Amino acid sequence: MAINKPVRITTPLSNVDVQKLKVGMPVLISGVLYSARDSAHKRLVELLDKGKKLPIDVKGQIIYYMGPSPPPPGRPIGSAGPTTSYRMDPYAPRLMAIGLKGMIGKGTRSDEVKAAIKKYKSVYFAAIGGAGALISKCIIKCDVVAYDDLGPEAIRRLEVRELPAVVAGDMYGGDIYEIGVKRYRKK
Amino acid sequence: MRKVNVAKITAAVKKICIDTNYKVDPDIIKAFKTGLRREKSPVGREILRQLICNADIARRERIPICQDCGLAVVFVEIGQDVKLVGGGLRQAIEAGVRQGYQQGYLRKSVAKDPMIRVNTGDNTPAIIHTEIVTGDKLRVTVAPKGGGSENMSRLKMMKPADGEAGVKELVRETVREAGPNPCPPIVLGVGIGGNFEMCAILAKKALLRKLGKPNQDKRLAKLEQDLLRIANDSGVGPQGAGGTVTCIGVAVESRPCHIASMPVAVNVNCHVSRHGSKII
Ligand code: SF4
Repeated sequence: MAINKPVRITTPLSNVDVQKLKVGMPVLISGVLYSARDSAHKRLVELLDKGKKLPIDVKGQIIYYMGPSPPPPGRPIGSAGPTTSYRMDPYAPRLMAIGLKGMIGKGTRSDEVKAAIKKYKSVYFAAIGGAGALISKCIIKCDVVAYDDLGPEAIRRLEVRELPAVVAGDMYGGDIYEIGVKRYRKK
Repeated sequence: MRKVNVAKITAAVKKICIDTNYKVDPDIIKAFKTGLRREKSPVGREILRQLICNADIARRERIPICQDCGLAVVFVEIGQDVKLVGGGLRQAIEAGVRQGYQQGYLRKSVAKDPMIRVNTGDNTPAIIHTEIVTGDKLRVTVAPKGGGSENMSRLKMMKPADGEAGVKELVRETVREAGPNPCPPIVLGVGIGGNFEMCAILAKKALLRKLGKPNQDKRLAKLEQDLLRIANDSGVGPQGAGGTVTCIGVAVESRPCHIASMPVAVNVNCHVSRHGSKII
């Protein structure tokens, strides 16, 4: 996989935007993202189960699997790299079903999630795990919008500028973790 | 008896918690740079470049290297001629962790109950290992450990007949199945022998060794090289996106064990690999 020039994308995403994104493509994401991790996902899906309204509208949006470190004085947010995505796998298809268009995290996804990405025309991006300082610099604004009691796990509305990531799972069923590793594995 | 006030321990723990979260170990940066030359995948090279850049931003702009600032793992070796004064050892360590994580703007990542999952809010309690040694000095080591890589670690009670080949197979399996989850490039600590709990502690201690420094025992140093190659042959690569630089260091520690057992633990660490010590 050669590195191409990164594709610039801006949220919210439409079907047309998502169709253009293919596995291995580097992207620079700008616009609004929502951060949510394990506990927030659990609460969102519990609301869906009860037929209640969610505290955020996920339609066309991207959820970033991330729980930041506290903001040092003068900064909107602390370190802000991705957390491991598979822990959100049980919840992600439910959110895609109501219009979520993208997820940013790190690591492999379940077959159910990959099937949902195809079915609902969504996309999964991988950001660099452990590059929290670099990513922090791309976040220009951060507000807690729900579940403040969860501390680092609260839902935050983030305004980002050119957050670097790579398409790790596309609506055509492509998975960077399968393709990339196969290519370099010995025996 | 030499008197040591526990306030010194609090201060040391606090400082190491903060320092290790902002400053990437120079040996790790060196390994990124060597990796950049060795990595065959262009995506992998780009990731290594960004990690070097991340380390630079963290240090210059005072942003923690990673948002998972870790569970504080603390080792204290206490000389038997030291008399601790001014309070309890555990309380002093916890105070250091609390102050470090609060004043250092570090993320608090401890759940009060493993099944109820409420954050304790100050990153305590720490995991504390104490050992009584000879002398009148005290050595405090703090190793903040990320959850992503810890979750990919393994322990296996092997059969003695499994031998060295069994250890290699376990490492091979661990690295391949972990894939992208522990944020490769990774560092591996392997503990062989002892018993159920001891091999895990050995593996954790192996991660404290200076990166790239071989075991003094030639046979184990050779095993470390073999395991490094096995990990890199996995093709996992930086961030698991495929590549040739999956692992930047393997440290093996071994000790005697029961004639019927061969416990082996593989503690996976990410590239952030934070640890620091102070002798008091
Ligand atoms: S595994 Fe390490 S680099 Fe990855 S998120 Fe956890 S602490 Fe950060």
